Amino acid sequence: MALKIVKGSIDRMFDKNLQDLVRGIRNHKEEEAKYISTCIDEIKQELKQDNIAVKANAVCKLTYLQMLGYDVSWAAFNIVEVMSSSKFTYKRIGYLAASQCFHESTDVIMLTTNQIRKDLSSPNQYDTGVALTGLSCFVTPDLARDLANDIMTLMSHTKPYIRKKAVLIMYKVFLKYPESLRPAFPRLKEKLEDPDPGVQSAAVNVICELARRNPKNYLSLAPLFFKLMTSSTNNWVLIKIIKLFGALTPLEPRLGKKLIEPLTNLIHSTSAMSLLYECVNTVIAVLISLSSGMPNHSASIQLCVQKLRILIEDSDQNLKYLGLLAMSKILKTHPKSVQSHKDLILQCLDDKDESIRLRALDLLYGMVSKKNLMEIVKKLMLHVDKAEGTTYRDELLTKIIDICSQSNYQYITNFEWYISILVELTRLEGTRHGHLIASQMLDVAIRVKAIRGFAVAQMATLLDNAHLLTGNVQRKGICEVLYAAAWICGEFSEHLENPMQTLEAMLRPKVATLPGHIQAVYVQNAAKLFATVLKSGEGSADSTAAQEMMIERLPLFVQSANLEVQERASCILQLVKYIQKLQQKDVEIAEEVIALFAGELNPVAPKAQKKVPVPEGLDLDAWINEPPSESESEDEQPKAIFSKEEPKHSRPRHTEVDEKELAKRREARKQEQANNPFYIKASPSSQKVYQEAPGVEHIPVVQIDLTVPLKVPGLPMSDQYVKLEEERRQKDRADKKKKEKKKRKEKRSGRGKKHDSGPESEEDITPAHMVDIVTEEMPENALPSDDDDKDPNDPHKALDIDLDKPLADSEKLPVRSHRAAEVLKSPAEDGDAERSVSQEPKKKSSKEKKEKKKDKDRDRKKSKEEKKKKKHKHEDKGEDLLGGQEDEPVVQSEETSEVAAPPSSTTAEVSDLDFWLSNAPVPSNTQGAATVAAAAAADPVPEAASGAAPDSEPEEPKDTEAEETKSSKHKKKKQKKEKEEKEKKKKKKHHHHHRHSDAGGEESVQNGTVEEEEPLPPMSNYCLLAENSYIKMVNDIQGNLQDGSQVVVSVIFENKCESFLKSMEFNVLDSLNSKLQRPEGSGAHDGLTVPFQLPPGVSNEARFVFTMQSIVMPQKLKGTLTFIVKNEDSSTHEKLDFKLHFTCTSYLITTPCYSDAFAKLLESGDLKCSSVKLEGISMPFHHLLARICFHHHFSVVERIDSCASMYSRSIQGHHVCLLVKTSDQTVSIDAKCDEPTLLGNVLDEIKQTFSQC
Amino acid sequence: MIKAILIFNNHGKPRLSKFYEHYNEDIEQQIIRETFHLVSKRDENVCNFLEGGMLIGGSDYKLIYRHYATLYFVFCVDSSESELGILDLIQVFVETLDKCFENVCELDLIFHVDKVHNILAEMVMGGMVLETNMNEIIMQVDAQNKMEKSEAGIAGAPARAVSAVKNMNLPEMPRNINIGDISIKVPNLPSFK
Repeated sequence: MALKIVKGSIDRMFDKNLQDLVRGIRNHKEEEAKYISTCIDEIKQELKQDNIAVKANAVCKLTYLQMLGYDVSWAAFNIVEVMSSSKFTYKRIGYLAASQCFHESTDVIMLTTNQIRKDLSSPNQYDTGVALTGLSCFVTPDLARDLANDIMTLMSHTKPYIRKKAVLIMYKVFLKYPESLRPAFPRLKEKLEDPDPGVQSAAVNVICELARRNPKNYLSLAPLFFKLMTSSTNNWVLIKIIKLFGALTPLEPRLGKKLIEPLTNLIHSTSAMSLLYECVNTVIAVLISLSSGMPNHSASIQLCVQKLRILIEDSDQNLKYLGLLAMSKILKTHPKSVQSHKDLILQCLDDKDESIRLRALDLLYGMVSKKNLMEIVKKLMLHVDKAEGTTYRDELLTKIIDICSQSNYQYITNFEWYISILVELTRLEGTRHGHLIASQMLDVAIRVKAIRGFAVAQMATLLDNAHLLTGNVQRKGICEVLYAAAWICGEFSEHLENPMQTLEAMLRPKVATLPGHIQAVYVQNAAKLFATVLKSGEGSADSTAAQEMMIERLPLFVQSANLEVQERASCILQLVKYIQKLQQKDVEIAEEVIALFAGELNPVAPKAQKKVPVPEGLDLDAWINEPPSESESEDEQPKAIFSKEEPKHSRPRHTEVDEKELAKRREARKQEQANNPFYIKASPSSQKVYQEAPGVEHIPVVQIDLTVPLKVPGLPMSDQYVKLEEERRQKDRADKKKKEKKKRKEKRSGRGKKHDSGPESEEDITPAHMVDIVTEEMPENALPSDDDDKDPNDPHKALDIDLDKPLADSEKLPVRSHRAAEVLKSPAEDGDAERSVSQEPKKKSSKEKKEKKKDKDRDRKKSKEEKKKKKHKHEDKGEDLLGGQEDEPVVQSEETSEVAAPPSSTTAEVSDLDFWLSNAPVPSNTQGAATVAAAAAADPVPEAASGAAPDSEPEEPKDTEAEETKSSKHKKKKQKKEKEEKEKKKKKKHHHHHRHSDAGGEESVQNGTVEEEEPLPPMSNYCLLAENSYIKMVNDIQGNLQDGSQVVVSVIFENKCESFLKSMEFNVLDSLNSKLQRPEGSGAHDGLTVPFQLPPGVSNEARFVFTMQSIVMPQKLKGTLTFIVKNEDSSTHEKLDFKLHFTCTSYLITTPCYSDAFAKLLESGDLKCSSVKLEGISMPFHHLLARICFHHHFSVVERIDSCASMYSRSIQGHHVCLLVKTSDQTVSIDAKCDEPTLLGNVLDEIKQTFSQC
Repeated sequence: MIKAILIFNNHGKPRLSKFYEHYNEDIEQQIIRETFHLVSKRDENVCNFLEGGMLIGGSDYKLIYRHYATLYFVFCVDSSESELGILDLIQVFVETLDKCFENVCELDLIFHVDKVHNILAEMVMGGMVLETNMNEIIMQVDAQNKMEKSEAGIAGAPARAVSAVKNMNLPEMPRNINIGDISIKVPNLPSFK
């Protein structure tokens, strides 16, 4: 055998291996392609052999060829074969090849599922490792779905090597299969505290990636990360966490406050530059989130800026670069602190490193002011001249324009200067940004009325010298400015000094070499100019000359290949000829010609169209005409196409419509259009509307104070403006001083010293001429929203999932199983399913708790998506009120089940977050709570109020010790007192809670937020069990979530007398069906000791578990409570008999159900039907539903108007479905259940509930 | 996230390309070419960051590279990665290669791309940093190589012999193109353990 292997390997040792291939390629440099193609042929041969070693070798070579750019997808199947080899060596080759060339559309990927699953569960950790690595590169949605569960198991593998990889790959799985995020998240979170630093780092990595895109969902992890940050020493982990905090702080300013201190400490202590840099970055993010009203953080800003300056001054270019990058972030909120480093930044502009120059340019944007704009731009212009590469020069150009045009030309004091700059920029060679300059020219000329005269003069010069711009082939991009120049000259031709000359420039034959759209503008504006010339002197020499020129030159454009040019030219040519004709008849025509171009065009905001709200009642998606009927499908159409006969119906139709009919239709259409506000009518009024619009015409246009001669010979030099500006400012200042002096003299007693005009401040600089910047027009009822649409293709959008919401029954990772009608069973099965998904069954009951959080979360987030997900609860807005109250039974039920389930840490954390955050050194505790409350109160939707009410309550009483200790870890001693106080309060509340059955109502009053329109009456499930002069017992019965055969009876004992009650013993007579669970070793008739004593006036609750055999019938058990009444002097033995009533309702458990699962359940046909009618019910429908939910443990599946479907499940898994309809005080309930007896009893009980009220 | 890892030499010849997002082969080659053009025209003493190319990424992406002797190591990353951290990672990568190949040179990368891939797989997985501790990486790589050897067993011996013979008559194979300046400025390496 061994010999055979050796022989086989000797056979193939002369096969070409990877090294041989590489060597061969290197030896055939001249004819590489040919050599490789022969190699590929060889590889194809090798792949055909059975020997896996040969195949693996071939695949290995293919991987190399893939890197060189050869498509190897044809070998995909062979790659799969090699992947499935049992030998690690080959497997690794296979997976590597797959990771390099497989992708979502590789069809053989679906063959790999089982192989990968096998490898994942391989006993050899490296098999698993290789499979995970490979999978991370080519995971598809299908693979992710099928393997999610396997990978999740690996997250708890014994080997950290596997755990680490499994954790990391989960991110890819989430991306491809977002449904897996929620079920897997608890385990992922556990891994944050994995003992192995590698695994921990991987978990941090994954959560950071997730949180970066949807930070709000991860806010609740902040305390955990905070702990990690203060404890970890791994810089990678620290950097990631600090980056994550940077993403979280904008959502929660309180977090920022908490972070500042540890981050500042890190900044001072760390020696790692990378960590320092990230800390500074996050501090900046914090400062941005706190930007307003935090005066005492100026120290932090100072620290950051200072550290950044050190970075920028460093000789290491990398640090310099990063320093500038971070600086630009500070700039947005704290421009002042950056501006003081202007020298440094300007210095960076001269750096030889382009990346650094670009970063410095970014910073300049925020550093300009009215004062220094000219100076900075002058410097940039120098750089433009010096710059070599076009990319950098283009970047400079755009930056100059950005800087000048920012916030509506805020910093420009002299627009003549700006126009000159723009004109100078046109002299740049080979820039791509001609259109940018052009649009600036247009924008300025249109919006700054005062500048038009100057602009027109400049543009005329530009047009005159057009040959300079177009002469070079390289300068194609720049000729765009001619577009602007021509338009400006035409539109504002009244400002032209010498329109004839410009007209001549526009009609030069060379113009025909320009791009079509520019020619079109030339032609059109030539017409405008012509009109101006005509107006200036009809019949004068000029106008006739102009006319002749037009008639002579326009034919050139009429022949243009460009449609637009041709059309306009021929139109205008005819017009001119017609004018000529009229003039020959001595008709005054100038006024009419000028009217052709009258009226002003106003700038329209770029988003204007988008912002027009869709009027009510207009459905943009609705069909205007009947949609083509489905039946006319493709089968028929081809026939029509191929048949030679002409379709019969098309022709006769035309003849049938007679003239009358047509006229009638036309009339009708006109009528319709007249009534349609959205139809643009042909009336000429539209232009007038603009003119009459206030704010445009009425803006007083101030005369230009000509400090600069308008006629600049040749092209202007912007530099001279800088000098002039200086002079002007000085003059201004002098004027001001004079005035001030005068004022001072007039007002002898000035109030305090007026600041002497020492250093020139921003406000002191007055613009050279008053400039009215015409604002862009927006539709009247534009929506203010400025939301930028997110990329709909972003895979992270799907991962915007609320992770605090408890896992629903249907949420579990698909487990490999035989195909069964899973969906049908889902509600019944979910008990088991959950156990398999969530590790500790303990957590299950905490679900309900978390349920309450939901409303709060939603109030905060208001995200529609989430709402959708909660569909099973809140079907539509109308139900919201109900939704809020619906949680009430949950609050109660959870109370009772608490014995079995201590509160879980997950819930704790959510409520913990607020608490944790409130511990910030700044006394923000009350403030924070207040804002939350205020937010809730401010919300006019009753849902908010009802939602907040039950929410805020459980947060406090639920804080049991487990959680307390947990949170205290992050806590500073300082806050302990506060906490204790809280705790006391909680305890008190805890007591009251059960007595006051109307807990919900009471709590909401406490919160002061109850403003419901129709408050629900207080409800309680506690009913009187027995009472005598000493003691009162009330009880409630709930099914046990954990065990299908148990119910929990909660009994509240209240001491009514003045004496001390002790040694209470609770005992019942068991029946065949139901038994009280007694501790092991005690007899069947022994009583249970109640674990507390009752001082006078005190009440307390105890819980007793009963085991049930059958739950289809209600039952009664007789019982006795014995106790000792102890007075000061004597003590007596007393007893109280009671009857414990187990209703069928008490066997039901509130279980949410999705409407689709519900529908399937009903369709399944396994359920028996029954119905009941209730007469004379006058309560509102939502009260009715709330009552059913509350008293009978149902949940609403769906509600439509006065009809609702409800669902509940018994502890033994019977489904109970209700359809509740109401009309005129009559409520009919149709019910279905797989156990008719149970159903009958439940219905009876419901009936009874409503007969009582 | 790391979007791609490229290694090419001073002439733009790819020595390793790992894309964590799928592109077809032509685009991959274009990206390599473009990246080479961007990176190669930069001076030695300029910063190691570049705002991405046209083909790969967008404004959120950066090229972070290091130049060692004849080779460029380029990582294309998005903003969730720390720039300096990635620079360190490249250093760790190169040092690991140096340990695994014993004085690594370009030829090692040329003839053993598969091994380089395997080493890289222990450091970066699916675009996320998996391990930054060099000893850990080397340990795992070694363990896997050992497995490979034991699998080959006697059967592998002749093949290895042949390969050794093949390599013997390779006079043109210079082993002195060493990645010499490994002590290139490492601002904060000691902190990354």
